[in-house]
Amino acid sequence: MSDDKQNLEGAQAARRPEVSRRDFLNEITVGALGIAGLGGAVLTYQYFSPNVLFEPSTTFRAGNPDLYPANSVTFLQDQQVYIVRTPEGFFAVSAVCTHLGCVTQWKPDADMIACPCHGSKFQPNGKKIEGPAPRPLPHYAINLTADGELQVDKLQIIKPDQVLKA
Amino acid sequence: MASTFQSALENLRTTRVWKSIFRRGPAITNRTRSLAMFGNLFLHWLPVKVREKSLRVRAAYYLGSLSLLLFLLLVVTGVLLMFYYHPAAPQAYHDMKDLRFVVSNGVFLRNMHRIGAHLMVLLVFAHMFHVFYRGGYKPPHEFNWVVGVVLLLVTLFLSYTGYLLPWDQLAFWAVTVGTNIISAMPIIGNKVRFVALGGNIVGENALLRFYVLHVVILPLIAFLFIGVHFWRVQKDGGVTVRTKDDDGKN
Repeated sequence: MSDDKQNLEGAQAARRPEVSRRDFLNEITVGALGIAGLGGAVLTYQYFSPNVLFEPSTTFRAGNPDLYPANSVTFLQDQQVYIVRTPEGFFAVSAVCTHLGCVTQWKPDADMIACPCHGSKFQPNGKKIEGPAPRPLPHYAINLTADGELQVDKLQIIKPDQVLKA
Repeated sequence: MASTFQSALENLRTTRVWKSIFRRGPAITNRTRSLAMFGNLFLHWLPVKVREKSLRVRAAYYLGSLSLLLFLLLVVTGVLLMFYYHPAAPQAYHDMKDLRFVVSNGVFLRNMHRIGAHLMVLLVFAHMFHVFYRGGYKPPHEFNWVVGVVLLLVTLFLSYTGYLLPWDQLAFWAVTVGTNIISAMPIIGNKVRFVALGGNIVGENALLRFYVLHVVILPLIAFLFIGVHFWRVQKDGGVTVRTKDDDGKN
């Protein structure tokens, strides 16, 4: 009895192809839907990443260098940048705190830059005095235009030892 | 008087309209009572029979129901606010100011929505603590506990997206700080922030994105999960595991 049953099953297994038509079509369908789903996810991501932004320009003119007296820190509120003039020259320091993006304030009495949100403190050259900010304030590229004005590029971050000679 | 009302009700039950809606006679036997539950979309997911003890309520039992009530209040007041609000910069700020100072009863509706949202966060947390300390995350409530955690997150996201909509200084800096937290994610942080804001700064795109999330996507998710949550409460036999009551009854 049980031998017969085993023989029968063995014969059926021999006739049955390794992948049935139904399984094959199922796998093809699932695969196609998977690829389509992945493509849909990529398209959705692309759709949600804008290609044109109506945001303020990241390059700006900061006026004539003579506007900035020697040994001074000047806060440009519209651009959220400090223009610092030392005996060595000019550099531009970001005023946006590296912790969570608040705008810092220059405290001339304490000779430091302080963040009102969570209490980070920086030297005028951007070096961190105390946290919670994880990094120093970055320096932006600064140079002179042909007509002698200072120009700052906020997309270009330079090493803090680079200064524009006065 | 009472008999007049009863006979009017009896007459109503014999009308063709009534019969077409309810399809059966008065729920007087166990069978017709069961049919009354099965034949109603809004009742059919409730158990036909419940134990008396699962109907016994304590004061804290209401925390979840009150959260639902506040959610419905926020939907109603939110839809009403939408009639005067444009999700555009700087118009959004002026619309918010108009709602406070120009529109009749606008300040009342806006504050109902604002304070209701604060209260809902408070109540959802209170509900979570109640369920937690009563052991409501244990079998058979494990799945519903997870649904509840999703609802807590949806509540917080609703609060956070609504935070930006007044478009004032508080809104701007809260979302600037909050989305900078996203940037702290390794590798993809900045990309996720860019997509969430639709740009590098909190601007028009961010306001519109938060608005759509706040008024369409998150409420739909909330409705879906609230439905599952309340259905499972009935199926699991109450909000929390019920052991012996304080009065010794089981």
